[in-house]
Amino acid sequence: MQLGAYSFGDTPRDADGTLGSTSDAIRNLFDAIVHADQHGLDYFGVGEHHTLDMPASSPGAMIAAAAGATKNIILGSGVSVISTDDPIRVFQQFATADAVSGGRVEITAGRGSSVESFPLFGYDLADYDRLYEEKLELLRAANDAGSDARVTWSGTVRAPIDGLEVVPRPVRGRLPIWVGTGGSAPSSMRAGRLGMPVSYGIIGGAPARFAPLVDLYRRTAASAGHAGDEIRVSVAALGLIAPTKQEALDRFYPGWHAMNMSMVEKRGWPAPQTEHFLAQAHGAGAYYVGDPDDVAERIADLHGHLGHMRHFLQMDFGGLPQEHLLESIELLATEVKPRVERLLAAK
Amino acid sequence: MGDKPVLTKIAVLGVGRVGTAVARTAMQAGLAVNVAASKGAEEIALIAEIITPGAVAMTAADAVADVDLVVLAVPLHKFRTVDPRMLDGKIVIDAMNHWHDVDGPLEDVTGDPRSTSEIVASHLAGARIVKALNHIGYHELEEDARRDIASGAEGRGLESRRALAYATDDADAAAATHELLDRFGFEPVFAGALASGIAFESGTDIFNDSFDAVGMRAALADAGIPALVAA
Repeated sequence: MQLGAYSFGDTPRDADGTLGSTSDAIRNLFDAIVHADQHGLDYFGVGEHHTLDMPASSPGAMIAAAAGATKNIILGSGVSVISTDDPIRVFQQFATADAVSGGRVEITAGRGSSVESFPLFGYDLADYDRLYEEKLELLRAANDAGSDARVTWSGTVRAPIDGLEVVPRPVRGRLPIWVGTGGSAPSSMRAGRLGMPVSYGIIGGAPARFAPLVDLYRRTAASAGHAGDEIRVSVAALGLIAPTKQEALDRFYPGWHAMNMSMVEKRGWPAPQTEHFLAQAHGAGAYYVGDPDDVAERIADLHGHLGHMRHFLQMDFGGLPQEHLLESIELLATEVKPRVERLLAAK
Repeated sequence: MGDKPVLTKIAVLGVGRVGTAVARTAMQAGLAVNVAASKGAEEIALIAEIITPGAVAMTAADAVADVDLVVLAVPLHKFRTVDPRMLDGKIVIDAMNHWHDVDGPLEDVTGDPRSTSEIVASHLAGARIVKALNHIGYHELEEDARRDIASGAEGRGLESRRALAYATDDADAAAATHELLDRFGFEPVFAGALASGIAFESGTDIFNDSFDAVGMRAALADAGIPALVAA
């Protein structure tokens, strides 16, 4: 089981909640990725997100920087909003970072939580289905080009490409490209039909409830003739690790509350409730907030339901102090990981 | 209310998170369920088999043909793709909401002062529309059923169950929805005419919170909806 983190960037805040600088947020994110690599974390995913409080808008640039400063960690996007980007450009940026890293780069293509990118880049959200479907196809075509690097594609959302070279080529021939989804049945089937690995973003409810979706994904893949290493599942969830469960709850709650309060204003989410937070942060809930034993037990338990091969956590939002992020990353890599491995080996 | 109808079979149009949760909850309540969506027949069959085991996948027209009630759970921006003819005379629960992140701005909906269900009703002109099941999260539908709203414990008094509001202009549709919500494990609270459903659309206090029956009636009163008894 790979363990990891993901982040949209987390702009520092003053005690009164005033946002600091977005460049500090990017620098903190870079430092966190380097720290994760130094402590042996398996994976780090970046953005894309386009807001003042979560400013990791350019995963490709962030990952390229991190690629040059890390040795072992797998770097990916979480997610790349390909619907509002040029898939050739996304591919080139990630393939460039892949070359710098020596073959440690992946792409996760998805809808993302950031609808801000639609007006920002001049797209209409109403065209979402067609944009996503066609651009995913183009991204895959760029990735699947042969040794001559030539790509041919045509569709309705941009001009066709007829046998043009798309470079650089990935170190291992192809980049792993994941489908990122919040867990709809049709998206699970699309990933299975295309033979792509699938990454479920689970931000609430009981994660074990995703078991039928994973089954749907695996069975669709099998009936389409896809098998082997490409058919795998990862889980992205919220969480934070601290030396004790109480410290983890105390450290995570202010950022969770701040993030939810901003969503109340922006998107009309319901006001955050402490009981809801606590229910999600224990047992079968979706927030992996706790000490290493607690979080390891809950990840291993979910593995019994989903059989996922990677579990990664968004820890920093709402102004989490950087030292708490770094300690959580370190504990995840050095304390949670061996516990998860022991628990899974004992099953 | 006269003799209570007994629901035996419903159809759910839409196999997203809401539609599949409604289908599972209905089967838990002992109902037969048909499911349909705009996808290909093979996809729907597999989704039904794995995500809503027990539900029967069929075309939309077949699915609604012989059922007591239809739940409409497609993305709101696609409601005009639903053929009004097949729902003529049917009791149809509109479980849809306007989600900006999914549906986009939908100027023809946001620019209309009526509730989204009234707009849907004018498209589905022959159907007997009920606004219901829109103000509870899809996973809460299964998690909060039969749960005491104050203590979280299961199986307490009916009045302390989580309340779900419904609004409709049709007495038979009201009775059928009342029975459905009750069998789903919730306390049904009639909110009056279909137009009153605007009181529990997304962004409202009722939408954003959960209540027992007393709390729901108070919240409806706060929103200008007087206490009512169905039919």
